[in-house]
Amino acid sequence: MIKGFVSPFALKKSGILGMNSRNIEFVSRYNDRKLYSRVDNKLQTKELAEEFGINTPKLLFVVRMQHDIAELEAKLAQISSFAIKPARGSGGKGILIIKRTEGEHYIKGSGAQLHFDGIARHLTNILAGLYSLRGDPDVAIVEALIESDPIFDAYSYQGVPDIRIIVFQGYPIMAMLRLSTKESDGKANLHQGAVGVGIDISSGRAIHAVMHGKRVHLHPDTNHELEDIVIPNWRELLIMASSCYELSSLGYLGVDIVLDKNRGAMLLELNARPGLSIQVANSCGLLWRLRAVEELETKSRHADKRVNFSMDHFKI
Amino acid sequence: MISKKALYIIAFSLIILGLFIAFMRHEQTKIPFFANEKKDLWMVEARVDFRAQDSKPVTIKLSLPSDTTEGKIYFEQSVSPGYGFSMFQKGEYRQGVWSTRRAKGEQTLYYRAQIVKEKVSPLALIEEQKLPQQKVPESDFIWNELEQIVADDILAQAEAKSSNAITFTTELIKILSLLDSEEERSLLFERSSYIEVLDKLLEDAGIKHRVSLALRLENARRNQSLTPVVEVYENEKWMLFDPKDALEQGGENFLLWTRGSSSLIEAEGAYNARVSFSMLKQNMPALELARSHMGESGFEIFSVHRLPIEAQSLFAMLLLLPVGALITVFLRVIIGVKTSGTFMPVLIAMAFLQTSFFLGILSFVVLVTIGLMLRGYLSALNLLLVARIAIIVVIVIFLVAFITLIGYELGFNTAMSVAFFPIIILAWTIERVSIISEEEGGREVVRQMSGTLIVATLAYLAMNNGYVSHLFFNFAELHLIIIALIILMGRYTGYRLLELRRFREFENL
Repeated sequence: MIKGFVSPFALKKSGILGMNSRNIEFVSRYNDRKLYSRVDNKLQTKELAEEFGINTPKLLFVVRMQHDIAELEAKLAQISSFAIKPARGSGGKGILIIKRTEGEHYIKGSGAQLHFDGIARHLTNILAGLYSLRGDPDVAIVEALIESDPIFDAYSYQGVPDIRIIVFQGYPIMAMLRLSTKESDGKANLHQGAVGVGIDISSGRAIHAVMHGKRVHLHPDTNHELEDIVIPNWRELLIMASSCYELSSLGYLGVDIVLDKNRGAMLLELNARPGLSIQVANSCGLLWRLRAVEELETKSRHADKRVNFSMDHFKI
Repeated sequence: MISKKALYIIAFSLIILGLFIAFMRHEQTKIPFFANEKKDLWMVEARVDFRAQDSKPVTIKLSLPSDTTEGKIYFEQSVSPGYGFSMFQKGEYRQGVWSTRRAKGEQTLYYRAQIVKEKVSPLALIEEQKLPQQKVPESDFIWNELEQIVADDILAQAEAKSSNAITFTTELIKILSLLDSEEERSLLFERSSYIEVLDKLLEDAGIKHRVSLALRLENARRNQSLTPVVEVYENEKWMLFDPKDALEQGGENFLLWTRGSSSLIEAEGAYNARVSFSMLKQNMPALELARSHMGESGFEIFSVHRLPIEAQSLFAMLLLLPVGALITVFLRVIIGVKTSGTFMPVLIAMAFLQTSFFLGILSFVVLVTIGLMLRGYLSALNLLLVARIAIIVVIVIFLVAFITLIGYELGFNTAMSVAFFPIIILAWTIERVSIISEEEGGREVVRQMSGTLIVATLAYLAMNNGYVSHLFFNFAELHLIIIALIILMGRYTGYRLLELRRFREFENL
């Protein structure tokens, strides 16, 4: 075989899901386009989550119009930390984190300082649709900042780690913990250099970790053993992810969950076209698990039963 | 969802349909499949010299060649000051008639024609058939006893080796030309000429045939005369034979001038009329020939060639776009190249077509880089997105004008074609690149921009290819094949080539 390439037969044998297959056989077959706005619009996701009793970060304000921005300065003076997000942004684009305020200055997650001018410009960009999926006008939401659960303190540089769970027809299929690094600039984005840790569906234990597609054992900034990680309350987390199927009615779904120090597991966002790197993080292909669910004769309507099935069948 | 099988059937029938229409168009309009295909064009000139009887009306009738499957007349004219000229056609006989009230002394008339010879395989005409037993009018030429014996022998030999009129004639010519070349000439030729002998033998064998006059086509010959050839009627067609060379069939090197016993020239009010021929072979692009002789039949009407030249050149560009789209689909779906903007690479490739490749790449990189630098200052102005893009559009136009002017002053006229870059697309590219670099870092910018340029380069190479542009412009129906290929790729669920690299860690699992 050519150096640096794997043979397609070996990939097939490992059950790796490719982009074309994901798009044709899963995303377009199981996700109804009409329902996309439920996951593409964070505001709508939030409302639905509330209906289903799922925790989300606390919504502080919604900025819908350009003139709302001027009013915002006074409102922001009341709070010290917040996150500004485009309602229809994808992949973490356009998110501005303010950790604390010092007088006139807003301190960003990275430590950089910002005046209200900078925040206003960012909001203007969001409203104009710079970060939205098709460049359509958008609204900005201001949320309370998530305080990362201390169990991850040893494993993250600046940002809040999040847990991505692929849920197929309500069954949790595969999970991954994303840890930000210095290189990823505090962002939990794998192709910017964040660490992806595969999590065993049956136990919530870390099984394998990668950075830039290569296996790693220690977090590059904190030097802690990555495979020691165990996610607490794992079953509850899976049930939460699984019930996002009823919430969104999308068959092939990526659920992003964060663990807050005070409020526990919270739904951060949903994704109708979740990426494929989760397979690299787990060192395991998605395809067999997807087929196992596809072949089930009766699919349960109860999240806890689906989670039981997944925990029994998708062991490493 | 339509099943994969149905999809294959649709794609397959589209391909067949596209090929079929293209072939039909080729057959009917003679537009060649390859851009640089050339055809031999014979410029033939018949020169008629005669002496006019003083002050009498003169009428000269000259037998003319006509269109056949082997040769098509593309252009003909007569050069004859003071004479009226008209052409008449009756069946396959054509005549040109010159006439004038009065003429004096030596006169010269010219007839010129451009003729394209097609290759016709003689094998196509040979089919198993019985010898035709038609009554052929007996000529007054009669063998004497001795000659009759030899003739019967020859006929028996030829008949034994042949199966139909065509093969019989071939065998007969073989035997006769062998006899003719022997030192001791056969007694058959003592009393009569070679062609008379052949004529008589064919008649005895009961083969429907005629002796015609044809011009032997040889490049750059002057003062030639016509040579007699034999035509044999088979499968409702006349087939030409070189009387001396049995292998020479189908009249590839002959231009038939008269048919059967019709006379070459008839003169009234003139004497000493002589006809001589000269010819010249030219190599003409087949496309040009086809284009200059578009008729009014189905395909010829429904063709881009009917449009004004200006619209044609627009279509020449438009009809190339699908090729670029096909390449984009291939590189994205099968290879997995990441580009910024789905079809931006094709638009850039279109711009390259106008600017030439290296200048195109250079000005693209320069435009985007300078645009990005200026875009940095713009962000300090705190503008709305639409306003910012609008300003970038203006900046890009300024840059294009600037590059054009500098290029012009330095003497590079080609720099002017920079204006063909899609300005709005460039402005969006600049905006998007600046966002990507802010959000995802310089690495992603390099990855997406190099992907875009690779796709644009390959699309450019394909669209700039002479064969490709010729085929898709002249045979628009080939786009059905492109649709079929895109359909097939659109349902490809296998791995992308670059995924084999992305998941390379799975090699040893």
